[in-house]
Amino acid sequence: MSPISSPHAHGAHSVGRVMLLVMLALSPATAAGFWQFGWPAITLWCVTILSALLSEAFCARLAERPAGPMLADGSAMLTGWLLALSLPPWAPWWIAAAGASFAIIVAKHAFGGLGQNLFNPAMAARVMLLISFPVEMTQWLAPNAAGMSAGLDPMTAFSVTFAGNVPDAMTSASLLGHVKAEASRGIALSQSLTGYWDPFSFGLGQRAGSLGETSALLLATGGLFLVLKRVIGLRIPAAFILGVVLPAAFAHLLAPDQYLPPLAHLLTGGVMLGAFFIATDYVSSPSTPLGQWIFGLGCGVLTWVIRTWGAYPEGVAFAVLLMNSATPLIDRATRPRIFGRRRNGHSMTAP
Amino acid sequence: MNTPAPLPTHSFLRRLLQRWGAHPEARKHPAADTDVTVLPLPPRLILPLAQHIGAPARPLVQAGQYVLRGELIAEAQGAISAPLHAPTSGTIIGIADVPVPHASGLAGPAILLETDGRDEALPAEHADPFSLEPAEIARRVAAAGVVGMGGATFPSAVKLALGQKNPIPTLILNGGECEPYLSCDDRLMRERAPEVIDGARIILRAIGGERALIGVESNKPQAIAALRAAADGIADVDIVEVPSRYPMGSEKQLISWLTGREIPAEGRSADIGVMVQNVGTAAAIHRAIRFGEPLTRRIITVAGGAIRTPRNLEVRIGTPLSTLVAFCGGTTEPVARWVMGGPMMGLSIHSLDIPVIKGSGGLLGLVEHELAALPEPGPCIRCAACVGACPIGLMPLEMAALIKNGDLKASVEIGLKDCISCGTCSFVCPSQIPLVQYFNHAKGELAAQGRNRMKQDAIKELVDARESRMEREAREKAEAAERRKAERARAKAAAAAKASAAVQTNEETTA
Ligand code: SF4
Ligand code: SF4
Repeated sequence: MSPISSPHAHGAHSVGRVMLLVMLALSPATAAGFWQFGWPAITLWCVTILSALLSEAFCARLAERPAGPMLADGSAMLTGWLLALSLPPWAPWWIAAAGASFAIIVAKHAFGGLGQNLFNPAMAARVMLLISFPVEMTQWLAPNAAGMSAGLDPMTAFSVTFAGNVPDAMTSASLLGHVKAEASRGIALSQSLTGYWDPFSFGLGQRAGSLGETSALLLATGGLFLVLKRVIGLRIPAAFILGVVLPAAFAHLLAPDQYLPPLAHLLTGGVMLGAFFIATDYVSSPSTPLGQWIFGLGCGVLTWVIRTWGAYPEGVAFAVLLMNSATPLIDRATRPRIFGRRRNGHSMTAP
Repeated sequence: MNTPAPLPTHSFLRRLLQRWGAHPEARKHPAADTDVTVLPLPPRLILPLAQHIGAPARPLVQAGQYVLRGELIAEAQGAISAPLHAPTSGTIIGIADVPVPHASGLAGPAILLETDGRDEALPAEHADPFSLEPAEIARRVAAAGVVGMGGATFPSAVKLALGQKNPIPTLILNGGECEPYLSCDDRLMRERAPEVIDGARIILRAIGGERALIGVESNKPQAIAALRAAADGIADVDIVEVPSRYPMGSEKQLISWLTGREIPAEGRSADIGVMVQNVGTAAAIHRAIRFGEPLTRRIITVAGGAIRTPRNLEVRIGTPLSTLVAFCGGTTEPVARWVMGGPMMGLSIHSLDIPVIKGSGGLLGLVEHELAALPEPGPCIRCAACVGACPIGLMPLEMAALIKNGDLKASVEIGLKDCISCGTCSFVCPSQIPLVQYFNHAKGELAAQGRNRMKQDAIKELVDARESRMEREAREKAEAAERRKAERARAKAAAAAKASAAVQTNEETTA
């Protein structure tokens, strides 16, 4: 190979810059989560990211490569960050540590490292935690009860995160969990939603939920910022949202007492985080335009199906993982048409 | 064949749907802002025999011979080739192997000419193109040694000859100049628009064309205005603004943008009734036909962060690059890389002793920060930037992965041979993976394999021929032996018959 090849110029994007922009886009929603859930949330976020970085350094050591450049690309930090946002805000420290090290060591490096992983590491960790520690992973807080405005001091944070002292009075069920529980007792939606569902405050993040999944508006804003910066495309988020909204709207129209309205689906759980930040993960999503539509739609529809009929109240993580596993297949089946050729690969002929 | 109707080129929908390409920083200023300066004659010119695609020219001069400007010094050899003319008057020093601008970095044969400063010209034949037969135009273009000046250096007359068999309705002049830094075509269009327009009309006549479209990127408004003014009142020439985007100046992309048609993957532009020529080529054809002037000079952009006064120079073919750099005030910073051509597809060169050749549009002295930012390529993060940017619809990440694994066959199956080596994918890759380098390497490998196979086929043919010859000979020998044996047998039989007959007759007679 010739030593110096064209092009002799390069675009502005680099892996580090991409990761940095994604983290910047996550910041508003993260800050909102901190405000809403107070000091324990901050501690949890720190522990998750720190564990992710340590695991990355550990893997670099195993591979006998310098850890510095590997940590500098920001991908491990971003994985930790995304995982932190999807954890219950007052989860104990070991949940964070176990999840982050699973994400980095098993879901990422066991597959071959950056760029090789089939599954989104943060979501793989979330699902692993959910299955292994269902109690800790579904302990939600009532909005406002525990946030900065409630005046909880930093010391309490340590007792929450490190000793697991969550006052019972502060816990609350998430909307999806609540609805599922009520439905199993045969209570109609119109009844169970009263007092729980208020689109306006949900949009602003005033609900029980994961650390960084509550502020739907801020997440969408951050996502659109990434679209504008051309870090992510609009296809996957748009398709994801459509995939949730279309079946939800249809079902809700048919049986409003049985199926949640589409807006409730959008503003609860991890849909916004999933659509803009999780499903758009480069490595584990398809790289063809058509493939990205299919992938996004699949994530959305599966999320709705799992929420509606599955054993777990929330379906984003499962849906993303399922579609991740289909990514290589989707990519192969949706290669773009090559210039001057027909879809079947044969050359065009003169008119 | 009918004339393709141009689609509305500013259609919002098309811009939305056709999203290939990249937007490298143009960096065309300040070179694009000043008039073309004529470079004084250098003391010596280096004229490589292979300045074009095809067979190299065959020298016709000897050391010590005095030549005039425009005199033929090397003739075309074979169907695809181009002759070479003396760019000024002077004495031939000899023919030697010198460093030439070529990817291999190897030396090639060149005629060396010592200039005498008088610049005396051979008397030239002026002509009115519209009283010449199309075939005669093609002949004169061939004799003038005109080749594609946008960098492709394909002999222009060979292209024109295509139009003699079947008329080609649409001519597209490529004024895209989508490579960053370069502005030689921009300056040409601004300063010599009438030459370009006249060249377009001459080509139209030569190929039996009906209309010419000149596509110019939107970042060259003055060029567009100058061309429009020059084409005022000329019905068959239209100037069309195309978006500034790399690689808009690629033949396939420009045709598709202007006419909505795609060159078949296994065909050529003439199949869809289109021919593309560079604007510089059109101007050269204009001069070759109108004034009988062979191609011996061109405009070249000298630019890059290290050059003191970037500008466009009109230089004689064969001028050493070092002369150009010196004329531009030398360098102000250490040069990290010298590039011949544009930064996207240009050639990295290691010596400024290399001469300007017919296809050289630029010489760039780039400083460190203008080059790639990362010291080393990272792993592919499957960001799909390369997929979205590829103007051909390929999946560079997959092709590169397959080539890396040594699976050339699979990479051909997903389109390696359709890759135009434009480098857009490498440019946008956030991990700075040298994708196009993989592709060029693989294509070279395939070509070598092809050559090998041909060689083996040839050997096999020889062996087969020998075998069948020997077989034939053996057969013939055997047959001959058979024949002789048969003959002998016949003779014997005849003799026996005769004898028995004689006996009979004897018997009869005796009876
Ligand atoms: S170099 Fe080849 S693969 Fe890369 S963008 Fe250009 S045509 Fe596509
Ligand atoms: S642009 Fe580079 S990193 Fe992104 S998918 Fe293509 S090869 Fe991989």
